[in-house]
Amino acid sequence: MTSLIDRKTVEALRSEEAEWEQKEVGAFLKKQAERKPEFFTLGDIPVKRVYTAADAAETPIEDIGLPGRYPFTRGPYPTMYRSRNWTMRQIAGFGTGEDTNKRFKYLIAQGQTGISTDFDMPTLMGFDSDHPMSEGEVGREGVAIDTLADMEALFDGIDLEEISVSMTINPSAWILLAMYIVLAEKRGYDLDKLSGTIQADILKEYMAQKEYIFPVEPSVRIVRDCITYCAKHMKRYNPINISGYHISEAGSSPLHEAAFTLANLIVYVDEVLKTGMPVDAFAPRLAFFFVCQADFFEEIAKFRALRRCYAKIMKERFGAKNPESMRLRFHCQTAAASLTKPQYMVNVVRTSMQALAAVLGGCQSLHTNGYDEAFAIPTEDAMRMALRTQQVIAEETNVTQVTDPLGGSYYVESLTTEYEKRIFEILKEVEERGGTLKLIQEGWFQKHIADFAYETAIRKQTGEKPVIGVNRLVDDTPDPKIETHPYDQSTADRQCARTRRVRQERDPVKFDLLLQQLVAVAKDPAQNIMPITIELVRSGATMGDIIETLKKVWGTYRETPVF
Amino acid sequence: MSQPIRVLLAKVGLDGHDRGVKVVARTLRDAGMDVIYSGLHRTPEEVVTAAIQEDVDVLGVSLLSGVQLTVFPKIFKLLSEQQADDLIVIAGGVMPDEDVVAIKELGVREVLLQDTPPEVIVSTLRRLVAERGER
Repeated sequence: MTSLIDRKTVEALRSEEAEWEQKEVGAFLKKQAERKPEFFTLGDIPVKRVYTAADAAETPIEDIGLPGRYPFTRGPYPTMYRSRNWTMRQIAGFGTGEDTNKRFKYLIAQGQTGISTDFDMPTLMGFDSDHPMSEGEVGREGVAIDTLADMEALFDGIDLEEISVSMTINPSAWILLAMYIVLAEKRGYDLDKLSGTIQADILKEYMAQKEYIFPVEPSVRIVRDCITYCAKHMKRYNPINISGYHISEAGSSPLHEAAFTLANLIVYVDEVLKTGMPVDAFAPRLAFFFVCQADFFEEIAKFRALRRCYAKIMKERFGAKNPESMRLRFHCQTAAASLTKPQYMVNVVRTSMQALAAVLGGCQSLHTNGYDEAFAIPTEDAMRMALRTQQVIAEETNVTQVTDPLGGSYYVESLTTEYEKRIFEILKEVEERGGTLKLIQEGWFQKHIADFAYETAIRKQTGEKPVIGVNRLVDDTPDPKIETHPYDQSTADRQCARTRRVRQERDPVKFDLLLQQLVAVAKDPAQNIMPITIELVRSGATMGDIIETLKKVWGTYRETPVF
Repeated sequence: MSQPIRVLLAKVGLDGHDRGVKVVARTLRDAGMDVIYSGLHRTPEEVVTAAIQEDVDVLGVSLLSGVQLTVFPKIFKLLSEQQADDLIVIAGGVMPDEDVVAIKELGVREVLLQDTPPEVIVSTLRRLVAERGER
């Protein structure tokens, strides 16, 4: 290990610090005590009064390194925002494809540089809009997609070779990917030019977000199939967004968010390797998604540590040779759980602080939350304010001029290394306890998440975790009336009409034949499920047709809740 | 000594957000109540049947998916059909203010939104059960 400074200087610094603690600090504390006996990050990591070069020296220089070079602590690319700002990717989705298409075009006109799609609960869970379980939910919290025709409406007039599209969807993700591919083919696009992602991270669904359909084994197989299919046919497309965001929103600490996400990564890589595909053939397109919470420096350290851990895992554990297989790229979203109803405009301030930390942490893409999201899904005005927040950071603050400007900060380097150490300890514990899949079934991750969520609720109650407007600076003056996003009551009728039309227009004989082929493919885990799914959606299959058929083959998953 | 308050906490519909409901479940359990949690993705029929079979004092429904105006009318209709109108129904989750008013008009006794302190949840349930009196 090469140290930032030599051992002798470290010792000298340590003894100076000890002397300072005794003299200056000691004398000052007699006059004025500190606010608390001990200080911790939001994720419960103890922090010192001050950090010195001696603390930073505990990190080998080669672990800090340079941007765009192993272990990528300082950023995945050598020039970062000096070349191109992060992608400003506000998520949008409500109503039908036409309704959301208008919001996309509005956001693009406002300077957004990427698209991100939120789907309604039936789409996320694989139900058609006219299924009884969909009642009241069609187009409410996201856009409703049942068929290729919906997808065509969703992206009407948007050049998909020019803009990257993220689709936030999991157990039914592969069906939407199939629709996206058929849409691209119909428009004559080159599949290798499409960029974007499906989330398709099923393991964190069992852990946290709880959108699952099938048991774990076939679900992981679907993820594997998406990864291998894209590696062969869509060279710029990210077939997965391995996500910590929902783990965090479900209540976990930032440390566990980071560690659990990498535990899931390891499962996916193992599964793909079993097919015989070499790691460097698919790893460059693995992408991530993390939250940016409120503890400013902790979040920056988290992102830096994640990049370093990922690089080491890919190189040392999986034997990657291509540096692109070792550089972690991530989308980031500010923390929805940090938003409050009281004094809701304060949410703009919270979000801007979190967005700045995401940028200083080197994100590739960012969604900033709307100030109204403690009420409902965001209005156009709330999304414009959120987008402007990013644009101010990008255009007015000059933080984009120097890559990883906090690199070398005694505190940030020290916390980054502390994070790395703790992440690897958790990964080791997961393995010792029998591995990620076993622990998901046992509810081990879920219990960790629920425990921290409970702890957070208690800390808010006691005021240990301050929340302005909730347990601090409560103002009894009513807030100005807020306009929330209205739900169009005609949505379900409009949507179901199109779904019925597609069902009527398709060739029933061909359709039945394809469904039989789907069953055969599903029963043979050696096959890839993508090609038959592409044929099905091309032939007018609804998402529900495919999912209901597969439920008969694979069954469904039901969790035993822990709290 | 009086019987512990019995509570069924339920997630209805496709919504998977269970952070809040689990915090509430643990809070009420720690406060000495008998707590049953339905797990995810239940229908109004399942929830009402379970509430009656388990003879609970309180039914708490957690919703973060915006379907409160679909779910609560169904729940109250089913309760009425089963002559279980004395069941105390409360709601939790994320919803616009006007929906809070609307579901209270339907018969929801309290709406405990995000950031409600755990001790307030406990005291609210105790008050509601005390107000109802012995069954």
